[in-house]
Amino acid sequence: MSQTLTVSVDSDGIALLMIDVQGRPMNVVTPEFMQELTAAIQQIASDAAIKGAVITSNKADFMAGADLKWLLASHAKVTDAKSAMAFAWPLNELFRKLETCGKPVAAAVNGTALGGGLELALACHYRVAADNPHARIGLPEVLVGLLPGAGGTQRLPRLIGIYDALMLIVEGTHLNVQEALAKKIFHKVVPADQLVATARQWILDGGSAVQPWDAKGFKVPGGAGGMDARSVQTFMGGTALVSKRTQHNYPAPIAIMSAVYEGTQVPLETGLKIESRYLSTLLLSPVTRNMIRTMFVNKGAAEKGARRPSGIPPSKVATLGILGAGMMGAGIAYISARAGMQVKLLDTTLEKAEQGKQYSAKLVAKDVERGRSTPAKGAELLARIQPVTAYQDLAGCELVVEAVFEDRAVKADVTKKTESVLANTAVFASNTSTLPITGLAEASVRPANFIGVHFFSPAEKMPLVEIIIGKQSSPETLARAVDYVIQLKKTPIVVNDSRGFYTSRVFATFTNEGMTLLGEGVSPALIENVAKQAGMPVGPLAVLDEVTLELVYHVTQQTQKDLGTDYRETSSWPVVRKMVEVLNRQGKRHGQGFYEYPAEARKHLWAGLAEHFPLAKTQPEAAEVRKRLLYIQALETARCMEEGVLSDAADGDLGSILGWGFPPWTGGTLSFIDTLGTKTFVAECQRLAKAYGPRFAPSAWLEKRAASEQKFY
Amino acid sequence: MADAFIYDCVRTPRGRGKSTGALHEVTPIQLAAQILIALRERNHLDTSLVDDIVFGCVSPVGEQGAVLPRVAAIIADYAQTVPGKQLNRFCASGLEAVNTAAAQIMAGQSDLTIGGGVESMSRVPMGADGGAWVGDPAVAYKSYFAPQGIGADLIATMHGFSRQDVDTYACESQRRAGQAWKNGWFKNSVVPVRDILGEVLLDRDEHMRPQTTMEELSNLKPAFTQLGEDYGFDAVALQRYPAVEQIEHVHTGGNSSGIVDGCAAVLLGSKEIGERLGLKPRARIRAFSSIGSEPTIMLTGPALSARKVLKRAGMQASNIDLFELNEAFASVVMLYMQDMQISHDKINVNGGAIAMGHPLGATGAMILGTVLDELERRGQGTALINLCVGAGMGTATIIERLN
Repeated sequence: MSQTLTVSVDSDGIALLMIDVQGRPMNVVTPEFMQELTAAIQQIASDAAIKGAVITSNKADFMAGADLKWLLASHAKVTDAKSAMAFAWPLNELFRKLETCGKPVAAAVNGTALGGGLELALACHYRVAADNPHARIGLPEVLVGLLPGAGGTQRLPRLIGIYDALMLIVEGTHLNVQEALAKKIFHKVVPADQLVATARQWILDGGSAVQPWDAKGFKVPGGAGGMDARSVQTFMGGTALVSKRTQHNYPAPIAIMSAVYEGTQVPLETGLKIESRYLSTLLLSPVTRNMIRTMFVNKGAAEKGARRPSGIPPSKVATLGILGAGMMGAGIAYISARAGMQVKLLDTTLEKAEQGKQYSAKLVAKDVERGRSTPAKGAELLARIQPVTAYQDLAGCELVVEAVFEDRAVKADVTKKTESVLANTAVFASNTSTLPITGLAEASVRPANFIGVHFFSPAEKMPLVEIIIGKQSSPETLARAVDYVIQLKKTPIVVNDSRGFYTSRVFATFTNEGMTLLGEGVSPALIENVAKQAGMPVGPLAVLDEVTLELVYHVTQQTQKDLGTDYRETSSWPVVRKMVEVLNRQGKRHGQGFYEYPAEARKHLWAGLAEHFPLAKTQPEAAEVRKRLLYIQALETARCMEEGVLSDAADGDLGSILGWGFPPWTGGTLSFIDTLGTKTFVAECQRLAKAYGPRFAPSAWLEKRAASEQKFY
Repeated sequence: MADAFIYDCVRTPRGRGKSTGALHEVTPIQLAAQILIALRERNHLDTSLVDDIVFGCVSPVGEQGAVLPRVAAIIADYAQTVPGKQLNRFCASGLEAVNTAAAQIMAGQSDLTIGGGVESMSRVPMGADGGAWVGDPAVAYKSYFAPQGIGADLIATMHGFSRQDVDTYACESQRRAGQAWKNGWFKNSVVPVRDILGEVLLDRDEHMRPQTTMEELSNLKPAFTQLGEDYGFDAVALQRYPAVEQIEHVHTGGNSSGIVDGCAAVLLGSKEIGERLGLKPRARIRAFSSIGSEPTIMLTGPALSARKVLKRAGMQASNIDLFELNEAFASVVMLYMQDMQISHDKINVNGGAIAMGHPLGATGAMILGTVLDELERRGQGTALINLCVGAGMGTATIIERLN
């Protein structure tokens, strides 16, 4: 019984290979598929009655790449060069068998062909595609830290030239069918109902069973090799761009460049070996493993409700209330209306509420302008947002998001007013980013329905939502909050209540370390560049300018007030105070901060920093600065695990990457520790604590884990 | 150890390295052959006594390939016993060829050798030989390759040389070159390049603009902004120099060395062969040395190689009368002056490659001749010849005049 592929031979002697991987919405490369394709190729090659073969799919799309879950599972067996090649090589060998089977093979690409799917088509002698506007064509492996390992790095440049191939493979870009035709990836595009017939006809017309690259005298279009000026130019420029974009943190893009460079100078068969070797280096790299686990497997699971308590029926929000039409409320209104919800956007005056809706109008206009939406759809979206001022208007809402000023009294007031009109079952979600939820819930008459839902700014761009469980939040309330986030197509993580929750708390350690370094006399350019080179989206000083030092100043004072004698001054407090109280440089919004913001030129670090934070005679190595900036975030995340703020490592990793931009190459803050090894990490933290202060001191809990090399995964 | 004496230096004038340049129609083998002929004729040389010809060439491919100096010797009607070899130390190739030719004599294994170099940049463009360093992604990635201009701008940024500073240096190079030509200070070594009919094609450096002004220079566009910002090379350089906030692009075509065609050769021999042939030794090769330094900034090798060669010679910088450092980029010379504590009136006194151009493989031998002429004119004793070299190298030679 076939699980992935059926073969039928018609009266003309043409074999139809119909791919239909059972139990999967999309065809993917699995071990069963490889077995069945091997058998099919053998049949095509050995059966004299078969003239040629057409490969197509029984699903809406042609085929996607390798099954990443299988890949991740197989990863355990990939431990050295031999086992890596044993995993990497068979698919290359199989596709090579297909293109050298002696019979002409045509791919009838009915829909999306990505990764291994496109590579299968490239191993066919002829490619015809259905004019399917939804089809995406590309080799996106780089996005999960891999390279196209089934001949993609070898056949595509031989087909369309090195420059165009690199653009697609290194960037992981998708093309539509017409673009792919223009790039000569397809020979022909036809209406869907003529697809298989066209492929058959090509065989009947005597299509060749020899690939262009197996023909004598073949040359890579556009040139290849170290003596071809165009090729040298492409690789020289391409390598610098890869270096710039990856900052040497991601091994896949440069491995792709090398596989193409080295592989296109030798016969295809040798090129495939080179490709498999480079794929093996990636399979052996912890970066790949971490990225697949966090950014694919765990992200996917979170978006399917992995952190949702079981046994509670799924819910959907039809009508949503939002308290406060400021920047955050307005952004939440837009994404909620976009997801199809009716939105009541409440503020103190109708003018303010209308202003909040205007935010959506602007975003809609931009979407229409860029062809991402239509005027009609945009109008519908806007019609779903109703600006209101009376709490009574919130009566029918199943869920209300509170996004008012970060002040306990204000929040308590709106909580009471809202609950007085809401149904007893409605969920009240506070979008606070700093105030503990349990405290806020004290203002609630039904704290079981009270929960924290922390959006990031701007809400329409940031993919993460941090759900905070208060002491009394019920499992049902949590389930409904998760459902709401899934409805928004965002990624939820679930954390327990604490000051700054998870993301704000750990992120603060990054900015704190940046300012502490500055206070120690480390060159500000070094701090900023090293942070970016480590993979943070912006340097700590730049990001502080964005959020303003004024905010840091106020939050610190609030914390001091709240904690009383338990308060410990942070290592960066002298820098914050000096910047705010003495220098009056409070950040970008105030026109000056760590940076200068000239009207006509790029921002640049303020020259006066050298006077107020004089450079130390000896500057640290970049590697040491990098260590401090990354380790402190990882260590604080481990503390969150210890304290139970986090109950799942996946939440920690996802939150760190999607929430505040911890470098994706690490797989997240906890994967970072696992990859270093807990023992190494703890020993390094102990050294850092001695050198720079107790904030680096690992807890007894973590030291105990280090002793037994206990991992988070 | 035997002494290697310098008996003669000749060079072609430098033609603009473009299709409109006067030497563009001349093949590199012709340039080399004419220089070898000039050397023979000026010294009434019995070429059968020449033990070796060592030529530098940075893009030894196409018509510059296949051991050009040996073939040039055949074309120049040298005795067929004269072998040749080509070497490549990027921009210092011409000087390295002289050093290597001298080394054979110092080692007692040759009596009479020729060191020099040739590059027709208009015919075989820079980079024509490819190279793993530039074009192999794994290599460029691991070595943090960035083009020289990025390194030159990085040096300027790190040491606070402004656009005006580098332009001021360039302007002075032009003025000095103009003055030297006007006063005939180069005439002892420059031999015109002729066409096949024997007519003169070029008899003076074609790239010079002695009348150039600061205003003209300041109007030129920075040459490496696009490479740095759009192609990602600034980011690559900052990966090595993270304490630099951003690179200021100050170098232009006006304050960088010119792309030109040219050839030069130096006749070297032992004391005895000079006496036998009645040749008057002009100078002695006192010491030479090469070194590697950080390859991304690439152009900080000169001072390191200078210190190395001074140490080898048991000398101090203050013992050197004249310095000649190839003007690859203004910032390279400015940093060198700062680093070695040399006043501008002791270095590149007759201008340099910013004014007259830098025919890659030939320059080292050319500037050795230039500074020797100047030592003689001034009646001074020692000179240090120095070049910054691709991939972070530096090459230096000390010569000492003989009376």
